[in-house]
Amino acid sequence: MPMLEVQDLHVAFPQGRKSEVEALRGVDLTLEKGERLGVVGESGAGKSMLAFAILNLIAEPGRVSKGRIMFHGQNLLDLPERDIRALRGNRISMIFQDPMVTLNPVLSIGTQMMETLRAHRRISGAEARALCIAKLREVAIPSPESRLDAYPHELSGGLRQRVVIAIALLTDPELIIADEPTTALDVTIQAEIMALILKLCRENDVALILITHDLGVVAEVTERLMIMYAGKCVETGATDAIIKAPHHPYSAGLLRALPQNAARGTRLYQIPGSMPPITALPTGCAYHPRCARATALCKAEIPPLENGAACFHPLTAPEEVP
Amino acid sequence: MHILAFLIRRAVQAVIVMFVISLIGFSIQDNLGDPLRELVGQSVSEEARDDLREELGLNDPFLVQYTRFLGNALQGDLGNSYFFKRPALSVILDKFPATFELVLGAVFIFVSLSIPAGIYCAINRDSWLARIIMTGSIVGISIPVFLTAIGMVWLFGVELGWLPAFGRGDTYELPWGWDTGFLTWDGLSHLILPSVTLSSIMLPLFIRLIRAEMMEAMGTEYVRFARAKGLSTRRVRYVHAFRNTLLPVVTVGGLMIGTLIAYTILTETVFQWPGMGFLFLEAVNRVDTPLIIAYIIIVGLIFVVVNTIVDFIYTLINPMVKLPGAKG
Amino acid sequence: MISFKGFLRRFLSDPVAIGAGLVLLVLVLMAVLAPFLAPQDPYDLMQLDIMDSELPPSWKPGGDERFWLGTDAQGRGVFSTIMYGTGISLLIGIGAVIVQAVLGVTLGLIAGYKGGWIDSFLMRLADIQLSLSTLMMAIIALALFQAAFDANIYADYAIVMLIMVIGIAEWPKFARTVRSSVLGERKKEYVDAARVIGLPPRKIMWGHILPNTLTPVLVISTIQVAEAIMIEASLSFLGLGMPVDRPSLGSLIRSGFEFIFSGSWWITLYPAIVLVALILALNLLGDWLRDVLNPKLRRGED
Repeated sequence: MPMLEVQDLHVAFPQGRKSEVEALRGVDLTLEKGERLGVVGESGAGKSMLAFAILNLIAEPGRVSKGRIMFHGQNLLDLPERDIRALRGNRISMIFQDPMVTLNPVLSIGTQMMETLRAHRRISGAEARALCIAKLREVAIPSPESRLDAYPHELSGGLRQRVVIAIALLTDPELIIADEPTTALDVTIQAEIMALILKLCRENDVALILITHDLGVVAEVTERLMIMYAGKCVETGATDAIIKAPHHPYSAGLLRALPQNAARGTRLYQIPGSMPPITALPTGCAYHPRCARATALCKAEIPPLENGAACFHPLTAPEEVP
Repeated sequence: MHILAFLIRRAVQAVIVMFVISLIGFSIQDNLGDPLRELVGQSVSEEARDDLREELGLNDPFLVQYTRFLGNALQGDLGNSYFFKRPALSVILDKFPATFELVLGAVFIFVSLSIPAGIYCAINRDSWLARIIMTGSIVGISIPVFLTAIGMVWLFGVELGWLPAFGRGDTYELPWGWDTGFLTWDGLSHLILPSVTLSSIMLPLFIRLIRAEMMEAMGTEYVRFARAKGLSTRRVRYVHAFRNTLLPVVTVGGLMIGTLIAYTILTETVFQWPGMGFLFLEAVNRVDTPLIIAYIIIVGLIFVVVNTIVDFIYTLINPMVKLPGAKG
Repeated sequence: MISFKGFLRRFLSDPVAIGAGLVLLVLVLMAVLAPFLAPQDPYDLMQLDIMDSELPPSWKPGGDERFWLGTDAQGRGVFSTIMYGTGISLLIGIGAVIVQAVLGVTLGLIAGYKGGWIDSFLMRLADIQLSLSTLMMAIIALALFQAAFDANIYADYAIVMLIMVIGIAEWPKFARTVRSSVLGERKKEYVDAARVIGLPPRKIMWGHILPNTLTPVLVISTIQVAEAIMIEASLSFLGLGMPVDRPSLGSLIRSGFEFIFSGSWWITLYPAIVLVALILALNLLGDWLRDVLNPKLRRGED
């Protein structure tokens, strides 16, 4: 039995009085213990929605309208709020995108760390403090003892994200969901933070769902990859295999758009058009208006996810990239 | 911001406000009041008046006269009330406890009601009770405080006869000369209608403010992160969201002091509450210049003191403002 | 931004907005047409008869057919005085807001566009003035004015004084709003473009930036009129505003207050209802406008 298994997950938002639009349109994923999965897509593809849906933290008025989220064989969507709260920040932790707004400005770092421990463990104040200092040391924060009494505005963005990572690790979780953990940081710090996350996951045998729009990062950190487009998974498989030979034209396009894949002196490739908003999806395959391989079939029917790609006309060899 | 910079800014602001008020006070004295009227009657000859004028320094240059006024004011001498024939400052200060207790009662009512109501309306935005409170709050904002007062007097004072509607009732004098109405049943029952009236205009404003700020805080990333950490709903709401709601609420609270003092004048007028505002209006009708000046100066002082206290509270709850010596 | 058609559609689909709009329309028409519609002219002493004083509304025993809502202590028909009084309240409210807007928009534009010490100075001043509170400043200013001048002179200039005092005291609300939208607009490209082609700052401010700040100005104007009317009523109630022979709604309530406990409740009640309806309609419309035009503006933030 896999550690986490998401089946046919739908997330819907009300539109107007009666109708609803779907931000996630049936997503499946499995994750084994200690496995690292990358979730890639443009902004608006539903990546973050997936992350928050797993912890049942979809912002109102959105809701999970269909599907199951099995964690060790138990459907999290059936759990009462009390029990899922016992999982959050304990067995499943999250790292948010922008450390400048993730930490509460009026509470000290120590308060924000220790309250997490107190929510999940029966632990004395001294023990909690010692554990927080140990975790701050683990994420390479200098003089951690004095940082506990500091407030977020006294720390740089990089340090704040380290604090957020330390909070995520405090309770020795089995799974960390990291939602674009480096996007908001300076370029020089991004690699450091990513390396830190990778190292800590490896050392503690923690599974990772890494949400990002950066295929380069995914290649370095994750073992498996899932590519999302307009609320659906369009391709999934081993990270190396997809990067070497993508099957879905969208994955191929994303790869081709990477700067390191462009020949020197040529223009960078761009996928033509842009992703439709969830309120105005085309019929059939949502990618067909932008796809060079699209046929009448793509316009009429939604392609099922088969052999790792949701496409009626998958690419079979790397050189076929359009 | 550094605490020292804060203190200096505060002090500069206080000095400016008091300077402007003293100028106003002086020019009132200069133009409105005729000190001779008080000292001598109408029967004194024009020459004798001129001599007296010279003697009193009323022909001195502006700056000299203003300095004298300021010097006297700093020593607590604002002249004698024309009507009461006593030092104006002490006449006003005798009425201070009444106004202070009225404001205290009102603040107690609207703080203890607006916080739970505001939080409730933010969390249960679409519940019928929240809708009723929000609709009620816009109606409440639209009713002038003197109408609420008249309504209260008419309904509870006259028609139903449940509560006394005029005056302060029995008071008890504390050792330091403070007349309090808090210690007698009669005094407390007299306080109810005026303080409810005074809070009626502030309450809806604060409910709306707390609701809006709380809703904003509930939508922030740090509240989402707090939930993702598995904290209890109570902790997320009252520690993470509400602590951040307090900052703007305290700021706006500080801005409302002037309005609150203005409303005491209206409230005291309708309920004939023997406070400073009631006295001030009487002084205006009698053209009792020293009393008018004394009131303006006392109100200016109250304003400066309360603002400083509010700013101090703000520094206490806002970690971005730190006391010197603390690391950071 | 929202098109006029969309604006109209939202208005027509919101019963609260329609209700508030209708009430306001009726009150404004009543005030404007008072000289033609009012059964009596309360300013004309010849028409008044002291024998008619304190008559109850016409449907009550002792009521008189000529005076639908009864009469006050001077024998003026309450209905007629309300019609005229609403006009005076509206005139002062709108006049004060025009003064506020002219002062506030100008100072806000200058503060936002020039920045530097001018900006800090103006905003500091605005802070102090806001916390002193308009009502407090107006009470003091008018109390001094009344103490200094003869009652007859005072009566002549009361309208102008009220408009000026409320107008000058409330400029910071407009200035702050305009300043913050100027700061937002200044960064945009069209301002750079205007500067590059060499337009003088004054032209950029008035010709280019100002039109883009009008939406928030419109929103706060509505609520400010309500507030100005409320302040005027409070001042008149204290006897510092409109005199009894040219009453606004506030002075009507003041003159009726003395008689409310002797049983003549109608002199106070009907002007009070009209006053609350007027303020409430304006507040509801202001809230509605804010929601439609600019969801970010919130009341209480000032």
